[in-house]
Amino acid sequence: MAMSRDEIFQEVQDVLVDALGVDDDEVTAEASLMRDLGAESIDFLDIVFRLEKAFGIKIPREELFPAESLMNNPEFVKNGKLTETGLTELRDKIPHTDLAVFENDPDINKLGDLFTVDAIVNYVETKLNAA
Amino acid sequence: MRWIWIDKFVEFHSGECAVAVKNVTLAEEHLHDHFPGFPVMPESLMIEAMAQTSGILVGEAKNFQEKVILAKIKKCVFFDYVKPGDTIKLDAKIESISPEAASTTGKITCGEKLIAEIDLMFSHIDQNLAGKQFPQENFVFTDTFKSLLRDVLLDTARQKPEQD
Repeated sequence: MAMSRDEIFQEVQDVLVDALGVDDDEVTAEASLMRDLGAESIDFLDIVFRLEKAFGIKIPREELFPAESLMNNPEFVKNGKLTETGLTELRDKIPHTDLAVFENDPDINKLGDLFTVDAIVNYVETKLNAA
Repeated sequence: MRWIWIDKFVEFHSGECAVAVKNVTLAEEHLHDHFPGFPVMPESLMIEAMAQTSGILVGEAKNFQEKVILAKIKKCVFFDYVKPGDTIKLDAKIESISPEAASTTGKITCGEKLIAEIDLMFSHIDQNLAGKQFPQENFVFTDTFKSLLRDVLLDTARQKPEQD
């Protein structure tokens, strides 16, 4: 039986509480993993492993959190901001994330803020529906 | 020389699980300070022992080609003391492994007694997404480390023909 969005959120919340040692009331839909929940790069790999296990899905490298590979490509980043090509690439790579606010000021230091709890729920939902 | 904190492996199943043992002795100087009159193995050193057991298991899974670095202690819970004269058994399992990292679960026991549960996360640092470069030489797995495995791998190889 397909999982409802609430059930997916609940499961994602449990994963983040365990992986980041935060309280469940901190894990709101809008919370950013890095800014609000204090996630570091190794935590992203931990979260990927835990999501794979919790939902029985396979998450290919960079599919969920592709930011770092973008940042190292000079074609995509100029003067600390994502170029138009970079933005297109980002849209293509993370269709499950809302980029509206970021597009106004595509500062790469704000890239981390895009990874919200909601973005993970969207990603998992797409992944489960595709299965 | 690298600092080795486990005595030997007694079981080794490549890419899956391994069991190592460590004998604790009052000849270890730190036990006299931790604590005077009540020597017990520091919990941080139990984490080190588990990191070595799990880390070698993870390294061997990729043929010691990766530089495996302890990146995160996901969980550690301690249930009992370890005292001089005790032999602790370190049971490590690979839970997930990918090109860039691995996560492991582990249990330390002394006889029948559960001492600790320690779950760790390792990074294959050459595969980091930030593209950082590290020295080419594998400074993690030196020959000293690999020699720890020699006996248990020989035993496994000897047992195989009997099983067939």
